[in-house]
Amino acid sequence: MPISPSEPPVPPEYDLAIVGAGPAGLSAAVAAADLGLSVVVLDAAAAPGGQYYRHPAPGLGAARPEALHHGWAAFAALVRRLGRHTGTGKVRHLTHHHVWTVERGSSTAWTVHAVTGPDGPEQGRAAVTSRALLLATGSYERQLPFPGWTLPGVVGAGGAQAMLKSGLVLPGRRIVVAGSGPLLLAVAGSLAAAGAKVPAVVEAAGYTAYAGSPRTLAANPGKLLEGAVHGAALLRHGLRPRTRSAVTEAHGTDRVEAVTVSRLDRDWRPVPGTGRRIACDALAVGHGLVPQLELATGLGCATHRTPDGTYALALDDSQRTSVPGVWAAGEAGGVGGAQLALAEGELAAFAIAAVSRSAVRPDARRAVALRRTRARLRAFAAVMAAAHRPGPGWPDWLSDDTDVCRCEEVSAGEVRAAVTDLGAHDARTVKLFTRAGMGWCQGRMCGPAVDCLARADSHADADADADADADADAGPDRRPLSCPVPLAALSRPAALSGPDGPPRS
Amino acid sequence: MPTRHSLDVVIVGAGVVGAACAYYASRSGLSVAVVDRGSVAGGTTGAGEGNLLVSDKEPGPELDLALLSTRLWRELADELPPEIEFESKGGLVVASDEARLDALSTFAAQQTAAGVTAARVPADRLHEFEPHLAPGLAGAFHYPQDAQVQPALAAAHLLRAARRAGALLCLGEEVTAVLTGPGGAVRGVRTDRGELSAPAVVNAAGTWGGELAALAGVDLPVMPRRGFVLVTEPLPRIVRHKVYAADYFADVASGSAALQTSPVVEGTPSGPVLIGASRERVGFDRTLRVEVLRRLAAGAAGLFPVLAGVRVMRAYHGFRPYLPDHLPAIGPDPRAPGLFHACGHEGAGIGLAPATGLLLTAAIRGQRPALDLAPFRPDRFSRRGPDSRRGTGRTRGPERT
Repeated sequence: MPISPSEPPVPPEYDLAIVGAGPAGLSAAVAAADLGLSVVVLDAAAAPGGQYYRHPAPGLGAARPEALHHGWAAFAALVRRLGRHTGTGKVRHLTHHHVWTVERGSSTAWTVHAVTGPDGPEQGRAAVTSRALLLATGSYERQLPFPGWTLPGVVGAGGAQAMLKSGLVLPGRRIVVAGSGPLLLAVAGSLAAAGAKVPAVVEAAGYTAYAGSPRTLAANPGKLLEGAVHGAALLRHGLRPRTRSAVTEAHGTDRVEAVTVSRLDRDWRPVPGTGRRIACDALAVGHGLVPQLELATGLGCATHRTPDGTYALALDDSQRTSVPGVWAAGEAGGVGGAQLALAEGELAAFAIAAVSRSAVRPDARRAVALRRTRARLRAFAAVMAAAHRPGPGWPDWLSDDTDVCRCEEVSAGEVRAAVTDLGAHDARTVKLFTRAGMGWCQGRMCGPAVDCLARADSHADADADADADADADAGPDRRPLSCPVPLAALSRPAALSGPDGPPRS
Repeated sequence: MPTRHSLDVVIVGAGVVGAACAYYASRSGLSVAVVDRGSVAGGTTGAGEGNLLVSDKEPGPELDLALLSTRLWRELADELPPEIEFESKGGLVVASDEARLDALSTFAAQQTAAGVTAARVPADRLHEFEPHLAPGLAGAFHYPQDAQVQPALAAAHLLRAARRAGALLCLGEEVTAVLTGPGGAVRGVRTDRGELSAPAVVNAAGTWGGELAALAGVDLPVMPRRGFVLVTEPLPRIVRHKVYAADYFADVASGSAALQTSPVVEGTPSGPVLIGASRERVGFDRTLRVEVLRRLAAGAAGLFPVLAGVRVMRAYHGFRPYLPDHLPAIGPDPRAPGLFHACGHEGAGIGLAPATGLLLTAAIRGQRPALDLAPFRPDRFSRRGPDSRRGTGRTRGPERT
């Protein structure tokens, strides 16, 4: 039955909608409100802070949540300013609003669609409209599979820290920390400080990779200090990271009981005969962070590959994406940490205020200082990303029966067969042929690994000249729904949650 | 530039239609190359639900093609590995009221006369077929010939079998020119990697078939007709057939550019339920429209109230290759000797692929095809073409969005 949509033009409810209430989103929200914009912040969590400033629920009565955080004072100040703005109605903070898509409206307005309420079938649906959109969607942890990684007791390194920050629980008593990236040191330090034994910290890269960029390091004394603090904390607990090594297998039947740690060559291939077994009852493992981009790519925002092999949004000097009216700040533009996210959020707010003709002018000198901070931290992030980029030999950790996609139970052998036998030359086609990435996590867990296997195996098989740039513009996998939406909620029109009162959903 | 000689046919497009052409052509002894700028099943094939339907087709050339295909798919299901997920599940077309049920009965009677098996299911027996159907429906028709495959895997396994019969598969290779010799006869293609010489070139480029035709200097008005599919979380088998509302026929036959939706619901062997179907002509616009998803969800919950309690995990879209009279272009193009077309199957490409491949192979070999290809003539839309009204009588002039 053909029906022609004829919605009357309604002016957008807000000047600015911000997706994400982590460091970037919060920083942008308070800066934009300071400049006179009306702002709505949508976030899936119950409290502001995002993954970085994750803190215990009030009921747990944690005396000093700041003990687990760097820059807690900055966060506390942001939350106070946010509170003032929500008090006057300049900012509306919609908690438990998980944004699943953003649509361009009839004019220059954005409609941000969210699933509302705590996870479960009773969730509702809401939508807000705005003139400008800022994506501060953060990142998630990159996992590279290995035999045994699906055993209970194997958790994400970031996940282990999140458990600690929000619930003050440890994933085990004797925890090996492994993977790659600066987060490992922080995680190992936090776990040890919270009373866990950390028998080994296993880093796949060599820290010598940082030494190639002395200027960037010299320009970032804060980052070096941060590293030194983690390092000192580890030393206090008698820990020294084993570099150029990886957990190449986790052992156990009902739960992880031990891991094999092997030396790696420069391509991250395990060196035969170097495997050493280490007993543990938990493994916290992660290979850095991946920008969360599905909302942005759904809108057609351009991306680029970063030095660590992930995709990030292409942004201009004002944090603008390639799509007019859409800005981004923080990890979505490339993983760089909370300080960078704070600076970028504020810069984005300045730029949005300028085009929104806000009554208050941004402080020009502050903008210069923020730009300088951003340049310095982005340079550091690039060095870090290059240092921890997975080597091309990591798939050697996999046996053919290792599950790569744990949701759909797709093994490395099946992925390889899809590539060599059936002609899948990219992650999307592997997914079509094997269902890898079609399960609950929608490929967030296995996507980077499948992408790597698809390209590695098809390259070995193809003409040398053909594959050089075959994947250069393939872009990140598209996920038109960035989270599951209850069908009942989807089937109803979204309640427009006006500027006053709770969303009518 | 390297030239690869001694080919009989170059097939452009590694979707299911190109794959079926490669399968039948290579097994008939022809030497075949398949070229695609992307992966296997990278276009509309990978976005399809894998329907092999006779139920939605009125008597005429498309139904003849579908009936032949139905037979061929059953043969293929025996020859190809079980991974193609061929399921002879049957279709159930439901009518919400007596007037629609009467219209459906008339339609089914015409189909039956043309060789379709269709059986009336009275309202009180609906739940034997689909226990979770909404109450209050007037009745339905059951079409046991309707079936389903996993379309991307079906294409991949057809191609794998073709490769085993000697076919060459060139992926990530884009055709940049159709080469012609003296007198305008086609003699191969140039790609971004070299030349492929063959006296026959098959346009199996699906929704992009118009572009390939243009490279050969001929006009073929293939246009994209966008459709969205919702995918639920994995569920136990609560939908057994392909179930759709009788309104679907009108939408398929419509030439309107405006959005049309009618519920089409089916389960899959891997668990998720697929929910369609929407049709709109918006060019190659890839942006999601929430209103389309809302109507699909509402339609599905209307047919199967139990679905209201599940979660939609994913949504994806595809672009059906649409020709103005809703019939594909199959056969030689008299305007460019050596050029053959096998595209424009709209939403029925998976189902119609084997018949297309078989008939086209006969045409290439200069044999008499098992069905008359006249209704599918690729030049039927050109101003100087023969009878442009041949076909279904729903013909509209070529139009562009």
